[in-house]
Amino acid sequence: MDTIYFLVQQMMYFSIPLLVVALGGMFSERSGVTNIALEGIMIIGAFTGILFINMFQGMLPGQPILILAIIIAAATGIIVSLTHAFASINMKADQVISGTAINMFAPAFAIYVARMIRTVQQIPFVNQFRIEKVPVLGDIPLLGGLFFRNAYITTYLGFAILIISWVVLYKTRFGLRLRACGEHPQAADSVGINVYKMRYIGVAISGALAGIGGLIFVIPTSTNFNATVAGYGFLALAVLIFGQWNPFKILLAAFFFGLMKTIASAYSGIPVLSALDIPNEVYKMIPYIATLIVLAFTSKNSQAPKAEGIPYDKGSR
Amino acid sequence: MDYIIEMCNITKKFPGVIANDDVTLRLKKGEIHALLGENGAGKSTLMSILFGMYQPDQGVIKKNGEVVKINDPNDANRLGIGMVHQHFKLVQNFTVLENIILGVETTKHGMLKMDEARARVLELSERYGLRVDPDALIEDITVSMQQRVEILKMLYRSNEILIFDEPTAVLTPQEIEELMKIMKGLVSEGKSILFITHKLNEIKAVADRCTVLRKGKCIGTVDVASVSKEELSEMMVGRKVDLIVEKENKEPGKVIFEVENLTVKDRATGKNVVNNVSLNVRAGEIVCIAGVDGNGQSELVYALTGLITPDDGKIRLNGNDITKASIRQRNIGGIGHIPEDRQRYGLVLDYNLAYNLVLQSYFTPRFQKHGFLKYSEIYKYADELIDKFDIRSGQGARTITRSMSGGNQQKAIIAREIDRDPDLLIAVQPTRGLDVGAIEYIYKKLIAERNKGRGILLVSLELDEVMNVSDRILVIYEGEIVAELDPKTTTVQELGLYMAGSKRGIVA
Repeated sequence: MDTIYFLVQQMMYFSIPLLVVALGGMFSERSGVTNIALEGIMIIGAFTGILFINMFQGMLPGQPILILAIIIAAATGIIVSLTHAFASINMKADQVISGTAINMFAPAFAIYVARMIRTVQQIPFVNQFRIEKVPVLGDIPLLGGLFFRNAYITTYLGFAILIISWVVLYKTRFGLRLRACGEHPQAADSVGINVYKMRYIGVAISGALAGIGGLIFVIPTSTNFNATVAGYGFLALAVLIFGQWNPFKILLAAFFFGLMKTIASAYSGIPVLSALDIPNEVYKMIPYIATLIVLAFTSKNSQAPKAEGIPYDKGSR
Repeated sequence: MDYIIEMCNITKKFPGVIANDDVTLRLKKGEIHALLGENGAGKSTLMSILFGMYQPDQGVIKKNGEVVKINDPNDANRLGIGMVHQHFKLVQNFTVLENIILGVETTKHGMLKMDEARARVLELSERYGLRVDPDALIEDITVSMQQRVEILKMLYRSNEILIFDEPTAVLTPQEIEELMKIMKGLVSEGKSILFITHKLNEIKAVADRCTVLRKGKCIGTVDVASVSKEELSEMMVGRKVDLIVEKENKEPGKVIFEVENLTVKDRATGKNVVNNVSLNVRAGEIVCIAGVDGNGQSELVYALTGLITPDDGKIRLNGNDITKASIRQRNIGGIGHIPEDRQRYGLVLDYNLAYNLVLQSYFTPRFQKHGFLKYSEIYKYADELIDKFDIRSGQGARTITRSMSGGNQQKAIIAREIDRDPDLLIAVQPTRGLDVGAIEYIYKKLIAERNKGRGILLVSLELDEVMNVSDRILVIYEGEIVAELDPKTTTVQELGLYMAGSKRGIVA
């Protein structure tokens, strides 16, 4: 039983950032803008968030500082994503190239600024954010062990974002309009919806969520930030595709990839697996092989938004 | 003064063309007003101005006598102007209801109020006889159902002035009749309709008055009841048009194309969409496959041209078995194909005209050497064809085909296919969506090819076309050839019965 608790707790550390970032990507792509820049935005978000924690740790208590860091990560994520929005919406640039530019810029920026102000590129922080046991809820049998011990508030934030995303996308006027812009912008335009505005908002949301995702990926899994999020932005894109641009399917996809990642990195903590005499490298390969296989089989009946990646031009009919 | 909308002296210039030149259009309350003109006459531009998508360079728009400014579709909507676009503006994976409310959603605490909207849509669809299922996805419903959704969109917004942009181009004859009824119903409920079209029958059937445009200029407004179809078409084209084609009798030659027991199964259902079809085409005759849309014509043509592989049967061209031949082998072997969907299968829309004209021959030594294209030769050839086939476009051979009118796109395809001198020309609905001038041109070309001794297989949905052009009629119903008729001895009524499946003949 303890093994299962351990597995689920570990899985959350990987799955929640994937979930949050993939949901961000969902908003952008549902509005019609491909956002391949998730990786770069995660790095920038993690960078500013961790830098903030590094500078103010000790002055403020643990959880408030984390919440402030999350807000800062989200804000910087939005700022970076707006450059992508400007390039791909106003300038009608190739969205893959604009995204790639951000992906190349982000780690360079993080390293450069870190070295400027700290002389080394790593930014350490003390992990004072883990909640050993949530009061009351942590004592619930089974569920308490699965979800309310050794957890971070970011886990609950992730689930909250999931539910809000679903409601916004399917139950509100904004969501209906956003989806219309990603499927058939000419139709949206003909009924008086401002396609450019909706797409800007979609990309900005993806920036905020990717920024948060970068921060909450680094916090549980490391003690310093070294200008990388280990390809999680791209993995989130895979989650988005596997999840068919649908919030709850994205959750399942995030759990799946999180589990694979957990097996890869924590197999030694799982008695059954560590007893097997399989080389370390095989486990390390699991998440990537799983990605390849899953995407090869699921991308066939893709539900991708139809106008995704195509700049909207009012003139063309 | 009972005009609900007046567009006075509208002029709109685009680089290189004057789309509207001092055009005046007055719409009375409660009338169906047709706007007639050939492709490229400026009808769509004029309506786009009324709908706020373009701004006129000169002229004013008045509503109920007062000058109004329409800057975007929102303004038009506020003034009660709605439009059914020629290419529907519907989100495919949304439900009917979602599409109707999009842009004018009502909410409560930020959440959509779908139940209220549903009740309103059901009430409207009841009142105007527009049957729809509010929860069906657009991608699952028929084209005519989608059109009803577009009409409901306007009614849901309480629009008073309804613009229909070529609404019948995508409909079958029965659906057209139903649409006419719906339009009359709307007018009797106090709506006013602007009806853009180039089909004279439809104008005679429903319109009260008609304004004719030609090359951007307003030719005049007439009471439909007081003019004949011939007069209307002369106003539209600027000369007398003859749709009754002259063709001399000609004894067909040897059989050049044979199809034996061809069967095509539907991939999803396994049903035979083309069921045991046998036919032949002789040199110098036009064989017409007549039928209501969706009875297997498309699949039959796909199998003949190599776009799909038939499940059973044989296809022979000049005695050679081509059942398994590739598309290019068939093309080189002597099949010319004027496809049903000219924009999807006929042209690469974002290529220029010259490239499209060599799509079937760019690999021949005339146009390439060691894998490099010979541009000067390609453009020279394109200029020849443009001249020979009278293809009109803004920048000649360098025009991007997407920007050309439908009639000229079709001319480009015909030029490309005919100029290769095919033994068999397969023409699928070659006049679909074209104006009378272009239709006349296409009939003449087809008959000229026939007289040169080519075999022509014409697939058509238009009864007039079937009766006028063909030498022999094969009626297709649910994937089977149910009758072989001679256009000289049969009547339109009889043909209609076979097409509807209520009569079967003996097929030779």
